[in-house]
Amino acid sequence: MDANMNPTMLLFTILLLSVMGFIMGRKRSYAVANQVGGMSNLHSRPTYYGSLTALWCAIPTLIIFSFWLLFESRIITDLVIATLPDQLQNLPADRLNLIVNDIRNMVNGNIVSSEPNPSMLAAAEHYRKLNSLSHASLTVIVIAVAIGAILVIQKTIHPKLRARNHVEQVIKYILIACSTIAIFTTIGIVLSVLYEAIRFFRIVPLSEFLTGLEWSPQMAIRADQVGSSGSFGVIPVFMGTMLISAIAMCVSVPIGLMSAIYLSEYANRTFRSVAKPLLEILAGIPTVVYGFFAALTVAPMIRNSGGVLGLDVSSESALAAGLVMGIMIIPFVSSLSDDVINAVPQSLRDGAYALGATQSETIRHVVIPAALPGIVGSVLLAVSRAIGETMIVVMAAGMSANLTLNPLKTVTTVTVQIVALLVGDQEFDSPKTLAAFALGLMLFVVTLILNVIALVVVRKYREQYE
Amino acid sequence: MSETSNIDIVKKGLGKRYRAEKRFRIYGICAIASSLIFLAFLFISIGSNGYTAFQQTFIRLTVHFDPEILGDTTNRESIASANFPSIVKQSLSMMFPEVTSRSDKRLLNALISSGASYNVRDIVIENPNCIGKTMQVWVPADDDVDMLIKGHINREAQEGERRLNDKQLGWIEQLEKDGNLKKRFNMTFFTAGDSREPELAGIWGAVSGSFFTMIVTLVLSFPIGVAAAIYLEEFAKKNRWTDIIEVNINNLAAVPSIVFGLLGLAVFLNFFGMPRSAPLVGGLVMTLMTLPVIIIASRAALKSVPPSIREAALGVGASQVQMVFHHVLPLALPGMLTGAIIGMARALGETAPLLMIGMVAFIVDIPSGFTDPSTALPVQIFLWADSPERGFLEKTSAAIMVLLTFLIAMNALAVILRKKFEKRW
Repeated sequence: MDANMNPTMLLFTILLLSVMGFIMGRKRSYAVANQVGGMSNLHSRPTYYGSLTALWCAIPTLIIFSFWLLFESRIITDLVIATLPDQLQNLPADRLNLIVNDIRNMVNGNIVSSEPNPSMLAAAEHYRKLNSLSHASLTVIVIAVAIGAILVIQKTIHPKLRARNHVEQVIKYILIACSTIAIFTTIGIVLSVLYEAIRFFRIVPLSEFLTGLEWSPQMAIRADQVGSSGSFGVIPVFMGTMLISAIAMCVSVPIGLMSAIYLSEYANRTFRSVAKPLLEILAGIPTVVYGFFAALTVAPMIRNSGGVLGLDVSSESALAAGLVMGIMIIPFVSSLSDDVINAVPQSLRDGAYALGATQSETIRHVVIPAALPGIVGSVLLAVSRAIGETMIVVMAAGMSANLTLNPLKTVTTVTVQIVALLVGDQEFDSPKTLAAFALGLMLFVVTLILNVIALVVVRKYREQYE
Repeated sequence: MSETSNIDIVKKGLGKRYRAEKRFRIYGICAIASSLIFLAFLFISIGSNGYTAFQQTFIRLTVHFDPEILGDTTNRESIASANFPSIVKQSLSMMFPEVTSRSDKRLLNALISSGASYNVRDIVIENPNCIGKTMQVWVPADDDVDMLIKGHINREAQEGERRLNDKQLGWIEQLEKDGNLKKRFNMTFFTAGDSREPELAGIWGAVSGSFFTMIVTLVLSFPIGVAAAIYLEEFAKKNRWTDIIEVNINNLAAVPSIVFGLLGLAVFLNFFGMPRSAPLVGGLVMTLMTLPVIIIASRAALKSVPPSIREAALGVGASQVQMVFHHVLPLALPGMLTGAIIGMARALGETAPLLMIGMVAFIVDIPSGFTDPSTALPVQIFLWADSPERGFLEKTSAAIMVLLTFLIAMNALAVILRKKFEKRW
């Protein structure tokens, strides 16, 4: 091992230094208090002087640490590429990427895909040197900043220092910073997906993407190759998503809704307390498990029973994926509708009973219409969930984009295509890879619209009865 | 007269209406029953496929550690490159001296896992004195043998239709008769990394990968989530800015997980140049995904603390920050922890975003840090589910059982926490 610290060790060192800063700051405050005649002359309690020191030690160093590590490998890679021989540097971006990957693998001592040549070995050596240089300088800088901060704060501690107010101000800023991460995440999603999607739409026009009836993203390797010229019409992919989601909703809406009605209107307390958590287990099962179940158990079952009836069922039928996805979504529909139904005021039910309606008549003619906006909202949320679901369709639905409404045939979905295009080695300039981001953008926009509508509908409805 | 006829009309319809009532009730019961049946069917199907994976067929070999075949075994490096495969083959042919032709020998050697020589090697590494001696060693059988013993390969089938031919079947029967073939507890499954051979594949690599990913997720998402919730619930004024944050959080909670994977790919891997397949990046993506869940749960927990606590703290002269951190937060913490555990359980089962950031590679080594290439448990399930070999089917189901056990344990912990610390004010 090299002499300098690895990042994890350094992180612990920062924490250790902060704890030291805390102890020293506290000690210092006792000392200055004793000079002016006792603790009562101190503006804040000693802990706050300690905390102030610790915060000023930890925050700048952590910021330096994380930014350094974030940009380190990018900068080092650029520096290493700059030293490569010209004929390697002038390779197209994707080939260069492969070489950089190989160099990184050499540095980590992993198996490399190509024969190592001397220039690459030299580059790997250079990379390793830069890496250890970077870590060493990071270690030095971080420790220097930490100790410097501790010493400066030590100097400024005196009985009039408003340590508590300072600490509380800093804490408030930290809290604000944490709450803005949600916004940055959204911005990050939008920008990253949009940026790559725009690059895609420069190659394939938006109109062709939105209206094309054929999806076959495999680009020809040679210009004279027959077939597979790469066509990016999203309609068949989108129709496949819709077909599978529709099947899922056909399963989950009736079952979920009836379960919710029974649980909230008929069931007694004990039954409810048993059945509700059991239903929620369905929501807690990882989707990869559903995918395995769909591919291994449900799909062959459907194919065999189709064979008995004389139907030609594909082994990756939309029906199997949709059915299992429907099961997965049942608890979403049921728990959301359950909340909505419970929010309907009892006075509406009492009124219906007083007119002589039976319980089911009350539910059908009074409770459900009253709860309808909320139920629609929960169904929309479930649809957005179905559209964005990935693992079930990756494992149980097919790859070929057929434009069909026959649930016994193979269809593909947006999420399947994203996974298919992005798993494995990617070249970052081909429309094939960029198409995944265009699909991602579409997925994000569609689910966002559904979610916003659903949230607005549910909120409106809540206000109605409040 | 007319009033009685009204009653009559009502009464006439009453039977029909009561029947409708009954039907409606039955629909409800059927709906719940059908979802529970699905649930049971899923568990039974996975359990019945997977329980056999916890046992593995082993073959007992009488191994003679012949120094002439092994060659130089004086230090660790030379032991690692010594000729152990030949030792294993020799002990097999000692067991079946009647097998002489080359093709038959190949068939015979195929009964033993290709990892058997490593088992023998490990014995020598542990105990170098055994060179020159003869020992009895249990080594894993090939997955085809394992499948046959577990009954997944039909012995009665036509020779061409099964993966073991009649000769091999005869040898296996002889091994069984002599007590040299036995099913034992499958430790490999819990201690090994991934492998192309089902009998050598284990989940430990994937479990460690998941562990490192979850550590990153927990360390980042819990403090950040709680801090964000505290700000929004206790400090923020109601204005457009906090409205935007709220809408954002609610939307992020419903964004498909694969979109977070795209974010991770574009930002963490391509922009910042972080390593592919690393638990660090997986943890970062999972953090962004889990944050909304934790924020929403933490806000609910803070809301449930009655205002009288806050007023009392302020009344005795606490500052607002002191009031929150000394009085409100400790009371809300159990609720927050429950939310965090549920969020972590969801992140543990999540697969799609990890596929995007390359945690889907075939990785044999057990990861030992946050930047080592690794997979995660659900991704391992996905990879195995794709393998055509019959031996991986039960491994997949068994890995699912392990994953579900973790999830059930986490959720049970959340329920216990909630029950234990739930306060009614």
